Order: sequence, then C-alpha cells, then structure tokens
Amino acid sequence: MTDNVLILGIGNVLWADEGFGVRCVERMAQSWKLPPAVKILDGGTQGLYLLPFLEEADTLVVFDAVDYGLAPGTLKIVEGDEVPRFMGAKKMSLHQTGFQDVIATAQLMGYCPKTLLLIGCQPEELEDYGGGLRDVVAAQIEPAIEVALTKLAQMGIVAEPGETKSDLLADASIMHQAYEAGRPSEHDACRIGDDRFFPVAE
Amino acid sequence: MVVQTPNGFNLDDTGQRIVVDPVTRIEGHMRCEVNVDDEGYIRNAVSTGTMWRGLEVILKGRDPRDAWAFTERICGVCTGTHALTSVRAVEDALGITIPDNANSIRNIMQLNLQIHDHIVHFYHLHALDWVNPINALRADPKATSELQQAVSPSHPLSSPGYFRDVQNRLKQFVESGQLGLFKNGYWDNPAYLLPPEADLMATTHYLEALDLQKEVVKVHTIFGGKNPHPNWLVGGVPCPINVHSTGAVGAINMERLNLVSSIIDKCREFNQNVYLPDVVAIGGFYKNWLYGGGLSSQACLAYGDIPEHPNDFSPEQLYLPRGAIINGDLTTVHDVDVRDPEQIQEFVDHSWYEYAEKGKGLHPWDGETEAKFELGPNLKGTRTNIKQIDEGAKYSWIKAPRWKGHAMEVGPLARYIVGYAKGHEDISDQVNGLLRTMDLPVEALFSTLGRTAARALESEYCGRLQKHFFDKLITNIKNGDESTANVAKWDPKTWPTEAKGVGMTEAPRGALGHWVKIKDGRIENYQCVVPTTWNGSPRDSQGNIGAFEASLMNTKMERPEEPVEILRTLHSFDPCLACSTHVMSPDGDELTTVKVR
Repeated sequence: MTDNVLILGIGNVLWADEGFGVRCVERMAQSWKLPPAVKILDGGTQGLYLLPFLEEADTLVVFDAVDYGLAPGTLKIVEGDEVPRFMGAKKMSLHQTGFQDVIATAQLMGYCPKTLLLIGCQPEELEDYGGGLRDVVAAQIEPAIEVALTKLAQMGIVAEPGETKSDLLADASIMHQAYEAGRPSEHDACRIGDDRFFPVAE
Repeated sequence: MVVQTPNGFNLDDTGQRIVVDPVTRIEGHMRCEVNVDDEGYIRNAVSTGTMWRGLEVILKGRDPRDAWAFTERICGVCTGTHALTSVRAVEDALGITIPDNANSIRNIMQLNLQIHDHIVHFYHLHALDWVNPINALRADPKATSELQQAVSPSHPLSSPGYFRDVQNRLKQFVESGQLGLFKNGYWDNPAYLLPPEADLMATTHYLEALDLQKEVVKVHTIFGGKNPHPNWLVGGVPCPINVHSTGAVGAINMERLNLVSSIIDKCREFNQNVYLPDVVAIGGFYKNWLYGGGLSSQACLAYGDIPEHPNDFSPEQLYLPRGAIINGDLTTVHDVDVRDPEQIQEFVDHSWYEYAEKGKGLHPWDGETEAKFELGPNLKGTRTNIKQIDEGAKYSWIKAPRWKGHAMEVGPLARYIVGYAKGHEDISDQVNGLLRTMDLPVEALFSTLGRTAARALESEYCGRLQKHFFDKLITNIKNGDESTANVAKWDPKTWPTEAKGVGMTEAPRGALGHWVKIKDGRIENYQCVVPTTWNGSPRDSQGNIGAFEASLMNTKMERPEEPVEILRTLHSFDPCLACSTHVMSPDGDELTTVKVR
C-alpha cells in the first residue's frame, strides 16, 4: 500500500518571510501534479486544527520559516526526531501556533507520522506586518520544492509537471500574486515591527 | 506611591516587580508586569500589548469582498470568527441581506468555534493551571474509577483498567523525556490542590478532549470547504446545498449533514458527561480561591450574537445576549449601539499611537492608526531590552477602548453576567443550577473560576443552540429551500460610491467588532476592536486600568518566583497569545523564566 504523504506549509503570510511555508505549498500545487496519496495543505497559523491531517499521514513534509541563525535565505533540512527539537527550540520557532506542540500532541496520542521532514528557510525580514517575502527567501521556494520532490521520488512517488487541484489551499485573494499586487505602499500602511519582543537567534 | 484609579483600584508600585513577557505572535501579544507586596499580594498590574498589529492599514485599497480572507489570518486560534465579523461588516455597509440557510450555517459554524475553543481552552490551555499531570502518576486507578463514577455516572469511560492504561501511557510519555506539553509547570507548588485521582481523571479527559476536538473541526471543513482557514462569502455561505447528490465536490448532501449532526451530538455528550462535571469537581477543590474577578463585578460588555433570523441583530433576537453593565449595578443593563460615536471610543494616551487631536477618544469608523513609539522617563532597561515599563507614559500597542468612558471586561463571563442580569432564561437557569450544585453565592461568579465556569456553561448552551439551527436548516431544506447565498449585489457596480458598515460577533474570547468604510469599491478604512483590545487594554486618559490589569489586583501569590496565580487568571481570559514570564527581583534581576501558553 502506498504511504499517505502530507505536504504542509505553515506560517503567517501577513508577516513578510513568515509566509514562506504557505507560499511553498501554493507554488508546488501550481506547478506539479501530485498523485492522490499526496495531500497538500495550507496550514496557515493554525495548531491543533492540523491534528486530523497528521493522523492520516504516514509521512509529513513541512515547509516553514525557521530561525536557525544562518544567513538569510539559507535552506536547512532536518529529518526524523530532530524535527520537533528544531521547531521547538527556544528562539527558533517563528510561526504563531507552536507546531512543536502539535507534533508532541500527535506523539502523545500515538498518531504522529512515522517519517518527518522539515524544509526550513532562514528568514531575512519578519518585522514587516503586511509585507511580502523578501527576494532572498522567495528565491528559495523552488529549491525547497525540489527537496520535497526528491523526498517523494525516494519513496517511489512521482510528481509530474502540471497542477494539483486542492481545496486545502488559501483563498485566491490571499495567494502570493494577488497579495503582493494589492499591497498598500509602506507610506500608506506603517509596517514596522517591534524587535524588542521578537526572538533573535543567538 | 499609592494611587486610586477612578474605577476603584488602589495601585501601589513599590513592591517587588514581576514581569510577564511574550515570545510569539498571536492576536494581542502581551507582556504583564505586577508589583507584589511583602506578603505576596499583587498591588499594581500593568498590561502591555507588545506587537504592532496593523491589519487595519494593510487592508486599505483592497476589495472589501476579500477582507475576510485577510482578517482570518490575524489570529492563530479564532480564525473563522474574524471572517464572519468581516463579511457582516461588508454586508452591513452595502445593504446585502443573506438567506435563512446562510444564517443557520453561519450560526452552526460560529457555535462550533465556541464549543471547540472552550473545550480546547479548558483542557489544553487552562487545565494545567489547576491539574497536575505528574501527580496523576501516583493515582490509584481503582479509586480514580470510583471518583469518575461518582462525578459523572453516565460517562462510559470509567473502568479501573481504562485509567490504568492511560496512566501507563502517560508514564511512558514522561519517562521518554518528552515532557513536552507538561514541561512548563510548577508541579510542586502548593497552589496545586487536587488529589492524585482527580489529577488522573482530568488528565485522562485532556486526552479524550484531544480526540474529540479532531472531530469537532470537521464541521468547519464541511461548511467552509476547508479547515484550517475555512472559506466565507459576502452575501451568504460558499457551500451549495444539493441533498440529492451523493458525492458532488463541495456541495452539502445528506451524508455530510448526518456527519454534522453526529458531531453536534458527540459534543453535547462530552459537555454533559465530562466538561461540566470536571469543572464542578475541580472547582470544588478550589472553592476558596476566588481571586481574579477584576472588572467583572462592575463593568461588563457584550455585543450579542447568534441571531434567530437572518439580517436581524436586534437584542431580543439574539441568543447570546447584548448589553453593558457599569458601576457594578446589575439591576440595569444598558443597550449597546456600536454605531453611536459617543459609546465606543478608543483612547491612545497610554498606547503607542498618535491621534491628530491629542487626548481624544475616536469611534472606530473614524479610527486612526498612526504609530508613535516612545518610552517614558521611568523606564528601566534599554529601548531594546526593557526590564520595567513606565506605565505613566505610553506603554502598549493596544489602544484603550472604552464604553461611555468605562473600561470593560468582555468574554464568556461578561456575556453570562449580562445575560444573568437581564434575566435571560437559559443562562439564569444554568448559572443558578451551578451555584446550587457547588453551594456558592452569586458573588463567586466574579472570579477567575467564574470565568472558567462560564465558558463551560456556554459550551453546553452553544451545543443546544447548534442543534436548534441544525434542525432549522434541515426543515428548510425539506421544504425545498436550498438557497445559501444572495449575490444580487456581488458586482461593485451595484454599490454606492461611499458606504460604511459594522460587523459584530461574540468571539470565544468576547465582543469582536470590525468597522469598514468603502469608497469607489475599495476599502478606505478598516478598524478591528478585538476582545483582547478590551481585556488587555492599558490605562486611559483618566487612569482607569483595563480588565487584565484589574483581574490581577490583590491576588495572593504562594511563591512570587513561581507565578502560577498570574497564569491562572490571565489564562482564564483565554488570551490569544503565548508569553514567557520573567520574574524579577526588586533590583531587576531575572529570577526565573517560564513560557506561558
């Protein structure tokens, strides 16, 4: 039987590079035709809501912005037991909902996927509410997708160029292009952040 | 120095200062500082919203029909309720009416969110403030089984073997070193009062609730097409109804409706057999811990929600009550008009914003969101590493909303106090029943545990309402009405050049409003006043403290270096945030750090 794979993007698209994960799944669905055993999901800012999806999956591939303290735009791949550690380590988890807790909960309940792969990208800018991905991070979307495709290929799952229709992606109005095109200028919309309270990698 | 606030609190900022500080970004990121006197009582409280949340400005110039999709991403938890508030605001502005089925489906969605949120809050965000899962490892499974059967005779999961299995599972989880979810507790703090058996029972329900909540969210997937972040539609709901279809993508058929019905039933059973009995049982051990009432005994606000009929938000048509109580006078419930520029006003005297006219309060339709970050002269630390905030100056990114000048508490307890004061039949019956069962006076409501209990009662009530709207929907469909959306005014050409509207809901955390101004088919101004804005508000121009601040006042801390009591009370508001607590000694040295969830 084929393993069920969940490809999950998490993060907040309203917060500059925080949107990396969601943009990855969006692009992947637009440019690759995935077989039915692969589910592709915009997890957005949600936590426990993701549990039912984890329960169904044998393999979980997560795209996320992760602060590893590396140069902006660096991709870092983490697998297996390392995943919760990286997502949960102090000053590393950038998104809102504590995905490490979602994984811990799934483990406690006995339905965490067997195989975990975290494709993380070091953000350049997060203190830009209403902003979009920075170039250096946007440039990593395709390489990040390549990593996911390679993982799928290793499992004998072939993705073909094309498109995957999914109900599980963001509404069209908030997709990357529409979001960027409709953004008010920085002059109209103050977008400063507050670095005093934001965790910085040491 | 001791200062008396106009809303009746004596603030003394001389004692040891304790700081609660955030690390992640969820609606209304918050930091809290308190001063504790020599006997461990909190004598001053300062609540700071630490995150610029400029949603209002990033919506400028966008299509109002899309605003829901953006507002849904404000927050990591109550996503759908922002979307609902947004579509209501736009419909109000443009005079768009929705069909009856859309009203029923929206209510089912909103009630589902309430129930999901309340259950998850109690078991997964709040229970560990009262329940000690490590202590549960010492419980006798047989005695636990007896306790379970005494507390809730109709709950089927109650055998000694069942509790033994759970205990073993818990043991393995803890022994594997993955304390993970339970790692932040102060498990030997004397503030924890449950015997091991009650701890095991409650921890077991923590697991049962996790399984249940997985089912609950399916209702959002069915009606919203997806979850997380379900789809919404200005003019109705985006799901067509086709009861004759068997598997049509997206359409609601009988099979899906049956699934919704079974989920509603499961939740009602859980509320009845598990949630409410747990609140009574756990609450019984903490009956003497009646801190945390804050503003609830004097100033509560609710906008009301769950209209019986579409497009009718008059107070007598709402199942969740609308009204305002001020000056502690429960005999008078004032009506609330969210359009009246004199009623709801936001002040920024202590907030990091600047209005064109200083000292003024602005109604959200005329709201301004111009940032002005500056720190007061009494700040300790530096601009990038604040040890102690100066509450005499601007100290929060949260504005201070006031109702006719009063700082108000919003949320389940505020809704229940307003409902009780109004003589709302269902709510009064529930409240009186609970007080009788627990042998407590009505004043016990005004407490941290009152907030926690109100949420449980509301979850039960929402389950009944959900059933009501489900039956209504089915009756309509049987009578041939499958309409779910009104698209007559979908085209912006049909809109006036200028329009303004307001949308209201009762989010799980309290009264939520979005105010929108539309010009030439685009959003000109958008203002959200979220529950955390009310509850987490800083002081206003008169010096009145906000609900979080008030709730911490005069609480006794067992061990100032372990702020269990602060967490209990802040968590009872279900603040939509994660914080980290730094406890400071009087000279500002950090004593301990804990992540607050």
